[in-house]
Amino acid sequence: MAVLVWVVEGTWPACVDAAKAYPNADITLLHVSGHDVPHAAHGAFAGLLGRRGLDPGTTLESLASTSGSDLLASAASRLGRPCTRLERSGRVEREVVAAAEGAELLVVARDGDHGRPGPKSLGPASRYVVDHAPCPVLLVWAGESGHGGWG
Amino acid sequence: MLSGWLAEGVSVVLLVLVLVCAVVRPRGLPEAVVAVPAAAVAVLTGAIGLPHAWDEVVRLAPVVWFLAAVLVLAQLCADEGLFRACGAWLGRWAAGRPQRLLAGVFGLASVITAVLSLDATVVLLTPVVFATAARAGVRPKAPVYACTHLSNTASTLLPVSNLTNLLAFTASGLSFTRFAGLMAGPWVVAVLAEYLVFRRFFAHELAGSAEPRHEEAPEMPVFALATVVATLAGFVVTSAVGVDPAWAATAGAAVLAVRALARRRTTVRKVVASVSLPFLAFVLALGIIVKAVVDNGLGAALARVIPDGNGLVALLAVAALAAVLANLINNLPAVLVLLPLVAATGPGGVLAVLLGVNIGPNLTYAGSLATLLWRRIVHQHDHDVDLGEFTRLGLLTVPASLVAAVVALWGSLLLIGG
Repeated sequence: MAVLVWVVEGTWPACVDAAKAYPNADITLLHVSGHDVPHAAHGAFAGLLGRRGLDPGTTLESLASTSGSDLLASAASRLGRPCTRLERSGRVEREVVAAAEGAELLVVARDGDHGRPGPKSLGPASRYVVDHAPCPVLLVWAGESGHGGWG
Repeated sequence: MLSGWLAEGVSVVLLVLVLVCAVVRPRGLPEAVVAVPAAAVAVLTGAIGLPHAWDEVVRLAPVVWFLAAVLVLAQLCADEGLFRACGAWLGRWAAGRPQRLLAGVFGLASVITAVLSLDATVVLLTPVVFATAARAGVRPKAPVYACTHLSNTASTLLPVSNLTNLLAFTASGLSFTRFAGLMAGPWVVAVLAEYLVFRRFFAHELAGSAEPRHEEAPEMPVFALATVVATLAGFVVTSAVGVDPAWAATAGAAVLAVRALARRRTTVRKVVASVSLPFLAFVLALGIIVKAVVDNGLGAALARVIPDGNGLVALLAVAALAAVLANLINNLPAVLVLLPLVAATGPGGVLAVLLGVNIGPNLTYAGSLATLLWRRIVHQHDHDVDLGEFTRLGLLTVPASLVAAVVALWGSLLLIGG
């Protein structure tokens, strides 16, 4: 069974723990760095008409790829068994849907706070993924905030 | 000597040419390469008389000097590790909690923008904030968007916070401390309004907490921090005794430069590079061309639509007009165009223009529609950017912060007096 785990900052440990319930599965850990974040920095720099020097957006692009692989390394070590690591960049929700092609299960963490009724538990990106995923989706809550067992 | 509509036509063509080249950056050439010859053409064709052009250079020279000093000060602070140390402190304080990190970024970016100018926040602080979010295990979008927004919204407090303020500072006839006093209220409420919108807009990303990675914290560069604080005090003192506060900025930059040179942490070449001479030449040339455009007819045309007086409605209208103009072209030419028109109405109008041109650019992704359109046309890689979310955020924050700030300005003017 091919299981794809979408690793997102903050909520990923719950997804990795959920994937542990499938001991015989081929697990792929996926992290996507959104283009939007470095592009916002590119835009801000472009708005500084006439300034020279290093575009902070370029710095952010290289930082993003490092932090993405660090995150996948932490997730792999929490999983504790062989898995495939996949780091992508682009429009987050589209990259996740594209990567889920061929998977038999996609593990996604809900956003927001379990303990508090209020904002919807799916942000725009995870909403899109749930709506368009080509395979079954397992939605998990990212543990109760502030408790142990993270990282 | 050209006259009437012909002179205005020549000036407008030159301005458009300079702005287009500044945005497109053909072959990566400095903007001054086009702007300085364009200013020379404006003088040679008589679109602007030599004495008027010279007056403009004399008026802008202290502004440009002040700006250069602050750019050097910020770069030397970065070299000393001030921003990295701030990032480490921010990470410890946030302790893996996205809400705390966002609040910390709002505080830090607001102060850095106000004291070391928006350039420092965009170029030097944003990468540090991204790295801090990554170390804290927090999604980077809200903190990075906060940096880009605050580099505009929080650039209203001091004359040094934004080049637009420096340009207006002399025209406003205000002292450094009076400027800061009148803008303190608008600055606080604009940042608060922005924060409230961010908390709601990114609510789904801000819940929960993560386990931050533990790393060696760099030492706070106390000397650099003390120099910045002393420079701030210097602004107040110089302004009180009637000396140009640019001297305080120059002294601060000189102290850090001498120390870094003595310790061989920088070179004279690097210090000169951070002065960014082509950029300063660009500002002077742009000033001359805009003066030609304004004097040859635009001024008279706009004077009819500029509301007069310090009433709340007039201030709101002036700020809205400034915000629209900043979004159409760029806030630098926008402020140069509007300043001569509102300077006569007193400090209230000038400060309302500044609120508009400083907060307004958050509405568009690259600070202005012109910049955005050109970048999209010229740079293929910008096509896959989702502008929807950024624009929705701007549509929520800009009206909220701008209206709140103008109301606060109106209150300050009543309380402190223009």
